[in-house]
Amino acid sequence: MTDIIRMTAAELAAKLTEGEISSVEATQAHLDRIAAVDGDVNAYLHVNDAAVETARGIDERRASGEELPPLAGVPLAIKDVLVTTDMPSTSGSKILEGFMSPYDATVVARARAAGLVPLGKTNMDEFAMGSSTEHSAYGPTRNPWDLDRIPGGSGGGSAAAVAAFEAPLALGSDTGGSIRQPAHVTGTVGIKPTYGAVSRYGSIALASSLDQVGPVTRTVFDAGLLQDIIAGHDVHDATSIDREWPSMARAAIEGAAGEGLKGLKIGVVKELPDSGFQPGVADSFHQSLAKLEAQGAEIVEISAPHFEYAVAAYYLILPAEASSNLAKFDSVRFGMRVEVPGGTVEDVMSATRDAGFGPEVKRRIILGTYALSAGYYDAYYGSAQKVRTLIQRDFASAFADVDVIATPTAPTTAFKLGEKIDDPLAMYLNDLTTIPANLAGVPGISVPSGLSADDGLPVGVQFLAPAHEDARLYRVGAALEHLLVDDWGGPLLDRAPALNGGAR
Amino acid sequence: MARAELMGFEEALERFEPVIGLEVHIELNTRTKMFSAAANPANTENHDAEPNTLVAPVDMGLPGSMPAVNAEAIRKSITLGLALGCSIAPSSRFARKNYFYPDLGKNYQISQYDEPIAFEGSVEVDLGDGETVVVPIERAHMEEDAGKLTHMGGSAGRIQGASSSLVDYNRAGVPLVEIVTHPIFGTEHRAPELAKAYLATIRDIAIATGISEARMERGNVRCDANVSLRPRGAEKLGTRTETKNVNSMRSVERAVRYEIQRQAAILASGGTITQETRHWHEDTGETSPGRPKSDADDYRYFPEPDLLPVAPSEELIEELRAALPEAPAVRRRRLKAEWDFTDLELQDVVNGGLLNEVEATVAAGAAPQTARKWWTGEITRVANAQETEPAALVTPDQVASLQKLIDDGTLTDKLARQVLEGVIAGEGTPQQVVDARGLAVVSDDGALIAAIDDALAAQPDVLEKIRGGKVQAAGAIIGAVMKAMKGQADAARVRELILERAGS
Amino acid sequence: MSEITPELVRHLGVLARIQLEDEEVTRLTGELDAIVENIAKVSQVASDDVPATSHPIPMQNVFRPDEVGDMLTTDQALQNAPDSDGDRFRVTAILGEEQ
Ligand SMILES: [Mg+2]
Ligand SMILES: [Zn+2]
Repeated sequence: MTDIIRMTAAELAAKLTEGEISSVEATQAHLDRIAAVDGDVNAYLHVNDAAVETARGIDERRASGEELPPLAGVPLAIKDVLVTTDMPSTSGSKILEGFMSPYDATVVARARAAGLVPLGKTNMDEFAMGSSTEHSAYGPTRNPWDLDRIPGGSGGGSAAAVAAFEAPLALGSDTGGSIRQPAHVTGTVGIKPTYGAVSRYGSIALASSLDQVGPVTRTVFDAGLLQDIIAGHDVHDATSIDREWPSMARAAIEGAAGEGLKGLKIGVVKELPDSGFQPGVADSFHQSLAKLEAQGAEIVEISAPHFEYAVAAYYLILPAEASSNLAKFDSVRFGMRVEVPGGTVEDVMSATRDAGFGPEVKRRIILGTYALSAGYYDAYYGSAQKVRTLIQRDFASAFADVDVIATPTAPTTAFKLGEKIDDPLAMYLNDLTTIPANLAGVPGISVPSGLSADDGLPVGVQFLAPAHEDARLYRVGAALEHLLVDDWGGPLLDRAPALNGGAR
Repeated sequence: MARAELMGFEEALERFEPVIGLEVHIELNTRTKMFSAAANPANTENHDAEPNTLVAPVDMGLPGSMPAVNAEAIRKSITLGLALGCSIAPSSRFARKNYFYPDLGKNYQISQYDEPIAFEGSVEVDLGDGETVVVPIERAHMEEDAGKLTHMGGSAGRIQGASSSLVDYNRAGVPLVEIVTHPIFGTEHRAPELAKAYLATIRDIAIATGISEARMERGNVRCDANVSLRPRGAEKLGTRTETKNVNSMRSVERAVRYEIQRQAAILASGGTITQETRHWHEDTGETSPGRPKSDADDYRYFPEPDLLPVAPSEELIEELRAALPEAPAVRRRRLKAEWDFTDLELQDVVNGGLLNEVEATVAAGAAPQTARKWWTGEITRVANAQETEPAALVTPDQVASLQKLIDDGTLTDKLARQVLEGVIAGEGTPQQVVDARGLAVVSDDGALIAAIDDALAAQPDVLEKIRGGKVQAAGAIIGAVMKAMKGQADAARVRELILERAGS
Repeated sequence: MSEITPELVRHLGVLARIQLEDEEVTRLTGELDAIVENIAKVSQVASDDVPATSHPIPMQNVFRPDEVGDMLTTDQALQNAPDSDGDRFRVTAILGEEQ
């Protein structure tokens, strides 16, 4: 039997259903793996003490003959941006150290109801601000492919946990690429669903109009299984879409069976030329496109003239909304409080926020406060919202001609820890390719496309589809995955170096 | 604080023209809050809840929490907007008003900014003596209330000198509609009265439409009064002050009057008015300076990204419009005409808060004048003596049937007062009291004649006088007969019979 | 000279309730200056005829029924409170007045 931790969620679920493996065994195997390697990877901020007990409950229900949902008993890692009643929720910030939520995020509640077993909370850039997980107040997560490199961000913890076989599945959140870019640099699969496909209730808000919760997995099919569990309208989130979604897992099955590539029109963005990417990244991208073309897909050049304004618009909208969303961390009701002898509550709030927030968070709050303040609103926030309209129009005209758009998921492979930490602008450019989807609300997926020829590190290809057409991404993503894995003779992650748990 | 110098009210009015503007906040009485499903303390059922027992995550700004709009609050806001003669916006939206304060869980208030739900209306305000003023309404917008602070360690719960404050978030998120008037010109010396009458009218509208409990003492209706003066003949408006939270009718009148006198004294001595908020002190009848307008008032409004536009259908608006009760001023005018009351008579009823009672009594069959006399006379007198409300003593039906007993000769006015006393004492309906106490008028002429003959026999000199043409001497005999009949006789009939007997 | 000055950064710190030390003000002034220079280009294409998009997926009239739910117990509400009197959250003296 394959090592439990190397099974996909779907494989594990099948063995659980057949009774070949118990959820306790599956959960314990992952806890053992975490104990062995997480000292190096630092993917987890908290490991769930009750995981085995929860797993035992699932096993007992199964033993009593209860019919359980498909993934019941499968362990799940949860990005620390999602609040949980049984584990602390910090969003990677010192200001929320030890915070216990009295309610579960909707996605967590849905995962629990589906019988998934929460393993723990994963590391992230503080309040999801970053592309490297170096901005976590609890130390950086390391990329399992090379422990000296970043795992991407902000959801580096979830991606690294999945890549390092510390969890088969994880939940992430994507505001400007925080699910897709970590997937790209860790050789995993990440999906940002259509804005509103998944409830944001209980996801500690970064930028409300951009944030979206989604699956982080090792296969497209697993991601589909997880999205089927967490998607759907939630009365607690007015922006969640009220409609029936097709099964994403089914779409992935159809895609893997080779359906849908013939005649599929894939748009390639003229304004994202190869010169903007590391050569190995661009090469991998073109090899993937060639694979799809060989199966009958048609590659069409499209123009998205306003993509070049996307990063600028994003770095106005995000800080503006974040400056307001993060105002609640004020030392009154929860979180850190710095006492100021003889000080007023204003002094206490200001001292707490100074001590509790890291430099990137302060930088963005100040920037956002500026963008919203009287006299600047129209030039900055207002203009950024207009750029959003222009980017939506770019997408609309592109999707009139093509079924999906493809780009490399990020400009480079995993960079070294510390390499860009002092250069916010360079850091911000990492999100060049992922940001347009958040601004327009359309879904995006990152699927491993191989290893970069120049440094041997993972590369991902991103597909984008029109809003509500998430299933299309699962079809195309699974199709490409199937072709590539066949070629490789096994999953890309098989080629990742072994982790020895401190013995590197 | 030094006492402000005041100018005499008459002199102030001679030299300056007062311009006032009123902002009234009304708490809606929905079951739940504006943006959360927590029970609403502005609904009578919950008004005396213990601190922090009516809170949902979003009311205290818990991480991950999100607002969700109460459908009923939308209906009630539209109803109020329509009752204020406003246009209902085909699309309106919420905005965040950002400022830090410990009673504000999120450190922003969800309000409406540039797109309120209702705008441009007017309210006819009756000054009580037949004079009416049409107050122009600029807008009515939806927002949420803040929590409650209790200041500890200072004197009398004041913020000054307090060493700490306690925060209760029960009130946080209570649905509010803020009604803002345009500047009101031309009310001259009646400006203070108008402020009071306007507040009363808004309260009446709130009660009539059922959108609020409208209990001033509970803070369901709160008023901010803007006052400015300009020299006679000046075009330009003077600098205004905003006196916050004047929460009774009487106080609004006093506060406006005080501000007119205070500002006049400053302007007359060559000073300038500072644009500021001011506080009203009920005990001293003065206002004191609060916060000056400053940079800190940069609220950084932006559209609330967690909520979607509110676009009520034409059908909904018409449904709510059709259900509107008659406007208070229109209703008064109609009833005055129907009942043929003088201004003074109607004012008496309105000031006593007895319009509903009189109307119901008339509907139950009593003549308007008799209904008015009962309610503003005897019933009010007893209510005052018992320190209660007239409506708490008897029902309109009981009053109407009491009057009917007078009209059909069963009771005299005097007897009826005794019957009323029995009804108030809980002895039953007027008829039951009449029966039980044996209070009906003796209408048996035989019994009356016997009593008259006895009285005439006892006072032969009186009989002589009557026979001699001094008809008024019959009074003595009437008195004796009434006494013998224990008051239960119709004096007019007794007089008729006496004259008959004396003549025979 | 850019519009981002140390005075402005200090003022923004007050608005955002972050007590910035002098060194932080200096650093942020430089960083924000560079960032703003890069993001100011949004106004180049944001002409008057382009409507603003605040919600990526246009929807409207999403309401909740007026039914009670989601209530926390006082213990849950106070569970993470830095300070309380058992019923209410406690904060040190307030200087400014409510808005
Ligand atoms: Mg106001
Ligand atoms: Zn207000």
